[in-house]
Amino acid sequence: MDKIVCTCGNVNPAGTLLCESCGRPLNKETAEKKLVDMRYEGSARRSQTYNKTIIDKVWNFFSSVKVGVWLIVLILVAASIGTILPQVFYVPATTEEDIAAYYERIYGTFGTLYYKLGLSDLYSSWWFQGLIGMLGISLIIASLDRVIPLYKSLKKQKTKRHFSFLKRQRIYGIGNIENGEESIKKAEEKLKTMRYNVKREGNALLAERGRFSRWGPYINHLGLILFLFGVMLRALPGFYVDETMWLREGETLYIPKTEGYFLESKEFIYETYSKEESEEVFGDAIDRVGTIAKNYQTNVVLHKGPEGAVAGHLDDLTFEKEAAIQVNKPLKFDNFSVFQMDFRLDELASMTFQLQDKETAESFGEFTINLADPKPVYELSEDAKVEILDYYADFTGFEDGVPQSQSPLPNNPAFLVKMYTPEFPKGETSFVMIKETLEPLGENQHKLAFQSVETRDVSGLTVRKDLTLPILMLGGVIFMIGVAQGSYWNHRRIWIQQLEDGQVVVAAHTNKNWLSIKKDMDAVSEVANLPKYEDQQDEDSKAEKEEGV
Amino acid sequence: MAQSKKKRFYIRTAILAVLTIAIVFTIYSNVTKEKNAVLREGDKAPDFALVDLEGNEHRLSDYKGEGVFLNFWGTWCKPCATEMPAMDNQYHVYKDQGVQTLAINIGESQLKVNSFKNSHGLTFPIAIDQNKSVMQSYNIAPLPTTFLINPDGRIEKIIKGEMTEQDIADFMEQIKPS
Repeated sequence: MDKIVCTCGNVNPAGTLLCESCGRPLNKETAEKKLVDMRYEGSARRSQTYNKTIIDKVWNFFSSVKVGVWLIVLILVAASIGTILPQVFYVPATTEEDIAAYYERIYGTFGTLYYKLGLSDLYSSWWFQGLIGMLGISLIIASLDRVIPLYKSLKKQKTKRHFSFLKRQRIYGIGNIENGEESIKKAEEKLKTMRYNVKREGNALLAERGRFSRWGPYINHLGLILFLFGVMLRALPGFYVDETMWLREGETLYIPKTEGYFLESKEFIYETYSKEESEEVFGDAIDRVGTIAKNYQTNVVLHKGPEGAVAGHLDDLTFEKEAAIQVNKPLKFDNFSVFQMDFRLDELASMTFQLQDKETAESFGEFTINLADPKPVYELSEDAKVEILDYYADFTGFEDGVPQSQSPLPNNPAFLVKMYTPEFPKGETSFVMIKETLEPLGENQHKLAFQSVETRDVSGLTVRKDLTLPILMLGGVIFMIGVAQGSYWNHRRIWIQQLEDGQVVVAAHTNKNWLSIKKDMDAVSEVANLPKYEDQQDEDSKAEKEEGV
Repeated sequence: MAQSKKKRFYIRTAILAVLTIAIVFTIYSNVTKEKNAVLREGDKAPDFALVDLEGNEHRLSDYKGEGVFLNFWGTWCKPCATEMPAMDNQYHVYKDQGVQTLAINIGESQLKVNSFKNSHGLTFPIAIDQNKSVMQSYNIAPLPTTFLINPDGRIEKIIKGEMTEQDIADFMEQIKPS
């Protein structure tokens, strides 16, 4: 395709509908229309003109608004399907089999289908992210394809437009005016006071204001693209961390994904409102549900390992700070935030036993086993001690005579012990469980009598880092600027020309809010003698009504 | 005219290429992130230092030039217990051929790990990862997980789940220094 040379001499890109410079219609179809389509100033959307190579075809596909709308619809539908059942992330299971079983158990056949189709992890599926990516491409290409020609033709537009352009404007009037020259001058003065940007070229006048509102949609897309870019950055290592950790009172654990930070829990606090202190506010609620939580808090100490240290050791940690983590009041360090998210109360921490003679209940002393770190031997006196042979934190029973533990958590602790007393210097073997004792090697004379138990609480913490937030925020702000720019300002243009035969033409165009531009025209007409204008679109609709269409 | 067409073609190709690469990269890293966390085969193995039950310190970087068979386990995990005697056999075969075996227990008590070691008659070094920092840096999800680390200190292979004695022998052969 070749460039189109207009009668006025301007060279327009192929596919242009209205000459960029004078506004003459450049093809038959446009010339036959009564009104011109001003949306893109009749400029050539390049996508619709070139269609040669495969790159052009791909480009044109993404440039299409229709394609963009379809992408949005597809994303909406897909995203809503993802909300039908809970996503994998919220399912209380970790292995693939457990997750599959969970969906089947809770949601039946539909659940299985949902899981098998991968809808249970929809938002991180390749195809969903692919759709989002394609929407991103569509936003960029569709904007580029429109904003560049629009910018060019608005920049190139001449003050003096061809009559064929003016008469096809929605607001248009023509007539013989005495002293046309004088009137145009008066109109110029008036339009300037109305904050129009007025240009003159001989007998032609162009008054324009609010052109920047035409960039609104593109600024708004720029914000969206920036937003998507921020989301994309989350995939890069170091930008986004969202981890959970369970921390027991007294425990010091490595904080996942940090540079050698360790967190020690001093205490977990769970408080509820008492009726006395909050009768007025929570009185009814307390009566109804029993307790109302007032505070979830973990008192922690943050430690840091030595510079350049490798994973492993707990030694040479340096104290960083003490903090109380409460809901919505995280511990902050190094772009990381540690939030209070969950808790488990009263996990077994230690058990106290007494070594006793079964018949006389004579005591040889007491000892306390720390369930996180039992000692091999507890010396009670010179000739009495208890040896811990083995420890089963989460005892579930015997398998072929061997005691089994299903997890390392002290949910149901059991011990294989040997008790040494003056009478039995070689020791008696006993298997001690909660509320029960087995004597695998025959009847014993002594036993471990359970005395007391101490518990500790577990804090569920979330470790968060998000360096993309400022970018997302900026994207959001730019988006809003674009929206405001396009909504609260309009691009208005008024053309006034005295033709060679002496007639005066007025024409006007705005991208929205036609009532206001008519008011502007009326205000100008009050001071300057101008031909009466008509709203040609309104006339059309009137005519249609009259004809009964 | 022809020149501007060429220019247009290159600009469009460049823009499409940049966008496609960005999107493919994002999807790829998102999809693989979940399956395999941060470590992948071919990555450099994160360094660590742990003291074993005998009191000897094992620092991964000290084993440069040797293969390291790194096994993460827990006493409650049944497949771990099953594969350990086989690991012990192969440890004896390969320890003089430059393949070090190291088993890392995930935060259990000294007593429990000791009793497990004695009752299974294990002789290879076992260390306890008290603060779970090694576990975190290797992103261990299921137990057992085994990392084959080659003499260059890179991860040759990540094995999730139980191995047979034949598997173990083949894997150790794979990371034997040449």
